[in-house]
This record gives sequence, structure tokens and C-alpha cells, in this order.
Amino acid sequence: MPLSPLIEISTSEQIEQLQQGTITAVELTQAYLDCIATREAKVGAFLRVENQRALDQAAEVDKRRLKGETLGKLAGLPVAVKDVLCDKSTLTTCASRMLENFRPPYDSTVVAKLKMADAVLIGRTNMDEFAMGGSTENSAFQITRNPWDLDRAPGGSSGGSAACVAAEMAPLSIGTDTGGSIRQPAGLCGIVGLKPTYGRVSRFGLVAFASSLDQVGPLTRTTQDAALLLETIVGHDPRDSTSLDQPIPAYSKTIFEPVKGLRIGLVREHFAEGLASEVEAAVREAFRVYESLGATVKEVSLPHSKYAVATYYVIAPCEASSNLARYDGVHYGHRTDEAAMVAELAAERKALETAQDEVGLDRLDSTLVRMYKRSRSEGFGPEVKRRIMLGTYALSAGYYDAYYLKALQVRRLIRQDFDAAFGEVDLIAGPVTAQTAFKLGEMVEDPLSMYLVDLYTVSANLAGIPGISLPCGFDKSGLPIGLQLLAPPLEEERLLRGAYMFEQATEWHQRRPKW
Amino acid sequence: MENYTTIIGLEVHVQLATKSKLFCRCSTQFGAEPNTQTCPVCLGLPGSLPVMNRTAFDHALKTAVALHCEIPQFTKWDRKQYYYPDLPKAYQISQYDLPMSSAGYLEIIDEKHAFEPKRVRITRAHLEEDAGKSIHDEAAGKADSEIDLNRTGTPLLEIVSEPDLRSSAESKAYLQELKLLLTHIEVSDCNMQEGSLRVDANVNLHIDTVDGKIATPIVEIKNMNSFRAVERALDYEAPRQFRVWQETGQKIGDAPKQTRGWDDMAGVTRGQRSKEESSDYRYFPDPDLVPVLISKEQIAEARRSLGELPADLRSRFVEQFGLSAYDASVIVNQGHAVIDYFEQVTRESGDAKSACNWVTQDILRLLKERNQTIGEFEISADKLAAMIAAINNGNLPKPRAKEAFELMLNQGCPAEQAIRELGIEQVDESALVELCRDMLVKNPRVVADVQSGKVQAIGALIGQAKKLNPNIDPARFREICWELARQSSSSE
Amino acid sequence: MAITRSDVEKVSLLARLQLSDAELDRLTVELAQIVEYVAHLSEVPTEGIEPMAHAVEVHNVFVVDEVLPSLPREAALANAPRHNERAFLVPPVLG
Repeated sequence: MPLSPLIEISTSEQIEQLQQGTITAVELTQAYLDCIATREAKVGAFLRVENQRALDQAAEVDKRRLKGETLGKLAGLPVAVKDVLCDKSTLTTCASRMLENFRPPYDSTVVAKLKMADAVLIGRTNMDEFAMGGSTENSAFQITRNPWDLDRAPGGSSGGSAACVAAEMAPLSIGTDTGGSIRQPAGLCGIVGLKPTYGRVSRFGLVAFASSLDQVGPLTRTTQDAALLLETIVGHDPRDSTSLDQPIPAYSKTIFEPVKGLRIGLVREHFAEGLASEVEAAVREAFRVYESLGATVKEVSLPHSKYAVATYYVIAPCEASSNLARYDGVHYGHRTDEAAMVAELAAERKALETAQDEVGLDRLDSTLVRMYKRSRSEGFGPEVKRRIMLGTYALSAGYYDAYYLKALQVRRLIRQDFDAAFGEVDLIAGPVTAQTAFKLGEMVEDPLSMYLVDLYTVSANLAGIPGISLPCGFDKSGLPIGLQLLAPPLEEERLLRGAYMFEQATEWHQRRPKW
Repeated sequence: MENYTTIIGLEVHVQLATKSKLFCRCSTQFGAEPNTQTCPVCLGLPGSLPVMNRTAFDHALKTAVALHCEIPQFTKWDRKQYYYPDLPKAYQISQYDLPMSSAGYLEIIDEKHAFEPKRVRITRAHLEEDAGKSIHDEAAGKADSEIDLNRTGTPLLEIVSEPDLRSSAESKAYLQELKLLLTHIEVSDCNMQEGSLRVDANVNLHIDTVDGKIATPIVEIKNMNSFRAVERALDYEAPRQFRVWQETGQKIGDAPKQTRGWDDMAGVTRGQRSKEESSDYRYFPDPDLVPVLISKEQIAEARRSLGELPADLRSRFVEQFGLSAYDASVIVNQGHAVIDYFEQVTRESGDAKSACNWVTQDILRLLKERNQTIGEFEISADKLAAMIAAINNGNLPKPRAKEAFELMLNQGCPAEQAIRELGIEQVDESALVELCRDMLVKNPRVVADVQSGKVQAIGALIGQAKKLNPNIDPARFREICWELARQSSSSE
Repeated sequence: MAITRSDVEKVSLLARLQLSDAELDRLTVELAQIVEYVAHLSEVPTEGIEPMAHAVEVHNVFVVDEVLPSLPREAALANAPRHNERAFLVPPVLG
């Protein structure tokens, strides 16, 4: 069955046609559902496709449009949401056994805003468990494949959100970015991904990984779509203490204005050992594109950037170990089989008694402690356990100053580096990742190499600044290469306008995977 | 036998008087059905975030100022991490290294001089959230425990004293004074039955030995559910620790800090199983909350909002009104309404002493008997003041004041009306002399008795005279009769 | 400060994770590697640098003390692995 041409046209055109009544929201939604029916088996981007709900929402939009009601910004447009944002009308699993059956009794602010905007919530996307990882392979439920090469990873942790847009199974999707989890999969899947300034988008209802780093943002085909989706979800939220009360520019309207006299920063430290030559070439070409558009390229230095990954892998696991402590099988989430647990404890006690092991008996877990341990060990996958262990260790007595406190200090130095650099340039450009998409399974056995993939992305999270990833080329194997742009805090508008300039001058964003 | 001194520090948790919880908008109302006052935030559901209650913070700041604490410019909240079923996030939001106040004090006195007046140093007072409640099957320990999260997230102020207390009496006085202060500034109702005030004590001994002074290991005592229980537990614990020292010779550092629970029925403290992996709470700043900067203006404003504190009121009542320290305490302990009542009566009657006597002797007893507040009391301050004024200007003879007071109480009428209804008028001196003369003429026997030295014989006439004129002053009547009887003797 | 297997065991109790011998072995190696990597932070001179716990400089965020409706009890208990009509249930905490 041939797919509907509706999925090929731009989002702005889809909106226009919906508004003019030449297509209905149901038709558009059905077009994407058909595409999902065709491609999802290969890609595995969705944990749950919400067919019926999507069609119901679409029908409701159509009905209201016919009645002449004022509709939201995204009326009738399908949006896929990472399965980490609470939505009271479905499950929120975080791709974890722990929350396999968790049905939140409330909507996250982002989901509430999407509903207010009359978006069609088409499905919940796959991710690394609790957003920990860069390949989506840490999902407890399924593998997601890169639409450009099904043997390769889509990146992560928002791999499902990136893959579904790249595979045209949704025009827009929502991801979260703690150390690059929007920008990196967007880069590896050849789409646009934007991480806003920390505090721009409410975290209320976002299941926390590392609270001081997590941000929600859009993954889309174009920068224009990213502007539209960002505009829908940003804003001050009194339920999030870290939410910023700042004016919101009309991103989707201002994006077309080029930045006059744009100064682009090239970071000396970015072009070091480990950067694939094809990636380097594409990024250097991007600088030339900017120069051709009248921008000046200026070399800047981020001297502490080489410590960013180490800083990140202290702070993020520390916060994660605390944020994930609540999953103990008492109030929600997975609880171990109590009968089996009691039997296990009884057997251990008996063995210790037989051996007259007084120390062992004294140290034997109470029922409650054993319930916690078993529930957590069964509910969490290996990467989550690894980070919980790392964070618990770093926060434990005697290590706090050497690791956590030290990392917080280096974090400030990283931020100061950016402040200094942005004194000289308007935007910083560079690679998103050192390599293009890696093979599935390639990194699973080597956690440290997997962590180093975040090299170019974690700094923005540590500093709290906005960043965007957009396509800037393809390697010999036909895999997308991403360009990352970074801007000072709250300068999403500048970021989008700068990105749009590049996008207009290139055609990389128009390429689609072959099926 | 060696002498020892008991060293006591108290950790008090008070629930701050807010309508809603510290980090969410659930009600803090006591006594609701289990798990009916919860939301995603206080259930610790994934994705939920805390936002701090303004009133809770203001109450905490006010208390810190009232406790003469140092207030830093910058304060923050930290996560204290441990696992317990009544702690749904597996961490308590509390304050660790930068609490919102430190280094304050509270003065304690005892009017009966059981101990010397003392300034008890406050180490710190910080704002934190409460945990929920586990309901255990105490009997068998076999049935499931039930978890009720209504209380989870209720704002608490933890007030930690230095180990400055030396006896159960001092400890009790400290708690009473603290409770008085907190209720007076209206930041807590300090109701121990409802758990609004909880006390833990850290106790050890300093023992004088031939080798000098030694300290015994510190014991933390929990589960004391009344001030009386605190007193009893401390009185039990000190000799117990002395006996243990005599048996084991253990000094501080030889044994880890122990936790013991007070068993009120048995009247003993019992060792509690120490928590697993002791206490590695892994504190770190809560990334979901932002720091608070406290300005000098805010502190000044908090100070202004306090008004006169109990200690100030007591000394003013002694100095300005000449009350005894004891009476001043009695009145100040009653709280704002009674204090205001007393002050109004004093102001309007110009007689603090009488105002104090009426309030402390009659009114407080009546309020207790009738289970009333001063606001509900039938005799308002202006009425009592008018009554006292009437006594003082002679319109109401003292002996009949009680009658007038009762009438005012029962009818709610003003003093003048009561005086009128009772037919009270001042008796003219010449009329009284006339009455005395009359009575003596009719009772020559009494005159004879007086003349033979039995002065008390006049007493028999008072009842009759009162029937003739209820307004007479018996003492004056007695004086005049005695004078007249003597005169008639000398004239013969 | 190399991580030992006994450190990992202690941390696993703090973290309430039940780890098999194989997991303990593997984690000892992996954590040691990661810790060695992050230990490079000690090279950075940070004296006098204010720790940065938040990505934004926001202060004094409060909300007015007013009561809003709580969740219905059934909703509060709905996700509990085990509950009765009024409370969450756990195995006996005492005993």
C-alpha cells in the first residue's frame, strides 16, 4: 500500500491545509498511522501507538473546527511523546520494568500544553530506561533502529522520538535532554533537535533523571517545526521552582529573520583526536556556509570542556541515585514476589543458623530491606543500576567533597567558559557527536566509551544553555551528520534564527531514509 | 560514690501552623481518614516537584528571630536520604550545612527557684518536611503494616538546643517556655497529642572520678509523648546511665550513640535496634528547590511582626504594674486573649493589682470550669474594669463585690446595673451611727458583754443589722458599735 | 582511592540493590574505570569557586498557603503494588 503524500509535506503546509479544510485531522492522523503500520515493525520507535486515542482526538478537532471554534496552535497535528512525561490518559513507563504498569494520576505540564494546543498525541516513544543512555538500547522493552541503517542505533536516550520523526511516523515529537539526549539522536537520525535553556520548559511531570540537567524539547524535521513546537511547550510554571519567569518570543514568527552580523564561534577544543574525519569535514563546511551568508567565524576556547564528561558523570549519577531511590516497591512501581522473598530469607536464615554464623545472622536483611533490594534489582536494568551505584558511591560519606562538590565547582568553570566565549560570539557551532550512528550492540559492553559519546553535548546541560542539532551532511555510508549550535541562556530565538539561516542555505534536511 | 551531672540537649520538632503542606497544596488538617490528603507531590510520584509554602517559611523565620538566632543571607534545602515506607521519595527535604538559622537562645526561669535562671543556647532551627505514618500490628508483628501519607510533607521546624540542660526540671521548663513562645507568636499550636510538638533528648553524664571528669556515651531518647513523659524519662535515664557506667566503665567514644525508646507504661527506656548501615544520609542540595536569600528588611519585618514576647511581657508586668513574677507568668502563660483582657482591665480601671487578682483567682478558674475562652466570657474587660473602679471609688462595697460579679456573670449586665439591682448604695455615716445606736439600745446584753471585755458579742448584731440595711459595711458597723458601747460605759 | 569489591557491596546496601556475585565483580571493574576517569577532576584548581548546584540563578520561589483538592483516595492508592481500602500495605515493618 503506498503511503499518503500528506506525510511528505511540511508541517506549515499541513497546518494550512487543515485550516482551509482541504484535509481533516483524521485524514492526517490516519496517514501517519498507516506509515506506522508499514514502518514501525522495522524501526521500533514506539512503546505504544495510541491509535484509537489519536483518531478520537483528531475527530474532536475536526468537529470543533467545523463548529468554528478557536483551536490550538497544533490543532490536528500528530505529536509523539517520549514515555517519560506523565500523561494521565496512558501509562508512563520510562522504558523500565519498574514502571511497566504505572498510570500517573496527573498530566505533566508539557503534555497538558500539548493537549491545550489540540495536538493529536499519537504515541509514546521508546527511550533508554529512565533516559540513561545514548543508544536507546537500555530500554527494558525493545530495540529502536536507526531509519537510515536498521543495523545501527538511533542514538538516545530520546531514540524513539528521533527515529519516529526520521521515519515520518510523526511530524513532531517531544524528547528530553539531560546530557545530549535530544541533540545526539537528532544528529544521528538526520533531524532537528533542540534543548532549551534550563528552566524554559517546565519539568513538572517529567520523570526525573538528573533534575538540575533535565530539559524537555522538540525533535522535528525542520527548524521551523522546532520553533513551533518549542513555542507550544515553553513558559513559566508555578509548579516547577526552577522554571524561568521570562518573556517568550514568538519563535515561529521571528525564525525567518537572519541574524545580522552573525558571529559564529569555532571551539578550538572541539577538533581534537577522536573526531571522525568525515564529521570534521562536514562541520568545517558548515562554517564556510555561514561565512558565505555573511557571518564571521571566530575561534574561541572552552578550556574546561575536556572535563565536561567527567563532571557530568558525577553530577548526573548523584542526582539520579537520589531521584530513583523512590522506586522501592512500596507506593507504586514493581514489587518483588513477596512469598518468594520470604522463602528466600527463611532459607538464608536456616543456612546461617546451621552454620552457627552469628555475624551473618546479624547482618541478614530485614524483610523490608530485602523487599526493597529485590524489587529494585528486578525493576532496574544494568545501566540504571550502574548509575545508581556510581551516584550512591560519590555521595557517600568521605567522597562527597572529592567528587560531588568538586564537580559542582568545575561545572561553574564550564559555565564561565561559555560566558566568556559568548562575550565574543553570538553562537557557537561544532559537531554533535564525534562519529555517525554506531552499530547496535557495539557499545553495550563498554560503558565508559558510551559515556564519551556525550563529549560535545553535556557542556550545554551543565551550563544550562540552549543548543540545537541540525543536519549538516552525510558520511560515505549515507549516515547523517549533525551540526550543533549553542547560544547564551534564553537565546533560543537567536539559536533558531541562526539554524534556519543554515537550513535555508543547504538541502540536508530534505533527505529521507530509503525504505 | 562519684558525683555526676546530667547533660541534656533537646531536639524539638514543631508543626508550623499552615493550611497546606510545605511543598504541595494538600491540607494539613489533623484527623482525616488515611490517605485522603495526598497528591502527586506528597506521594512522591515520578515527575512531581516541590514548591515552597510562603507561610511556612515566614513562620520559620519569625520563630528563628524570636529565638534570637543568627539568620544567614543565603539558605538552601538538602535531601536527607534513607529508606522507610512512610518516606515515599526515600529522602526527606531538610536543611543540612546552611540552615536558615543558628546560634540563638531561650531563657528559662523557675519562680519557685528550683533552678537558677538560665540561657539555653539554640544550635539551629531549620525548616523541613514531615514523613507519613506507619501503622504496625504491635501485638504480633505478623500482619502487614499500613502506610498513611496524610502527614507526609507537613512543615516542621526542627529546633536543636545545645547540651545546656542539667535536669529534668530544666528540660521541662525549656519545653514549656518554648511552647509558650511558639504559641504566643502563633506559628504552631504545639499540640503534643496531635503530634504538633515532638521531643527527642540527647543525654549523657559527666562523672567526677578520682581521675578527673569523664563523659559517658550519648543516648538519644525517643517516644516521649508529653512533657511529663520527658521529665520521667530523663529522671529514669540518668541513674540508668550511671549504673551502666559503674558496670562497664564505658566512656564517650567507647560505644556508638545509642537510641532508646521511652516506655511510658513501664516507666523505662529500652534500647532500639539501630538502623541498617547506621546513618549515611548522603545529603546533597535538592536540585528541585532553589535557594532563599534573606534580606535585612525581611528579618526586620519578621521582628516587627513578633510584637512583645512572653519574656518581655513578664518583666513589663512586674516592673510597670508591680505584679509578682508568679502572677505575671500565670497571665502571660494564658496567651494573647487573656493578656489583652488583663491589660484592658488594668488600663481602664487603673488598678493592675485588682485586675490581676480577679483574672488569676476568679476568671481563670471559671473559664476552666465552664470550658470557655476569655472571648466567650460574659464579663468583658470593660465591664470588669468598671466593677473594679466602682469598688475603688466606694460605689461598690468590697464585701458585696462577689455578689455583683456573679450577677454580671449570670446576666451579662454592666457593673452599674448589677449594683443597682442589688440595691447597693453607700450608707451615710450618720445613718450607720443611728442604726448602731438603735441596735445597742435594743440589745443591752451586748452592751454589757462588750463592757466586760467580750468584744466579739457585737458579731451577733451584724446579721440583724444587715437585714435592716444590706449595704452596711460590717467592719465599720463593728467599729461604731464598739465605740458607742464603750462611750455608754464611761458616761455611767 | 581505588574502588574495592567490598566498597561496591557496601554501596549496594545503601542503594538497596541486590547484586549477584557476577554483578558485583563486573560493577567493581566498571565503577573503578569510571571513577578513575572522573578522578581527573582533581587536576582542576577550584579553590574559591562557588559550587554550581543549579543551572539557573533563581531564588526565593514560593507559593501562597492555600488548600487545593487532594487526589481521591482510590487514585492515590491505584498504583500501589499492594493496598487495602485505606492504606498502602507492606510486610510487617516490626519483627
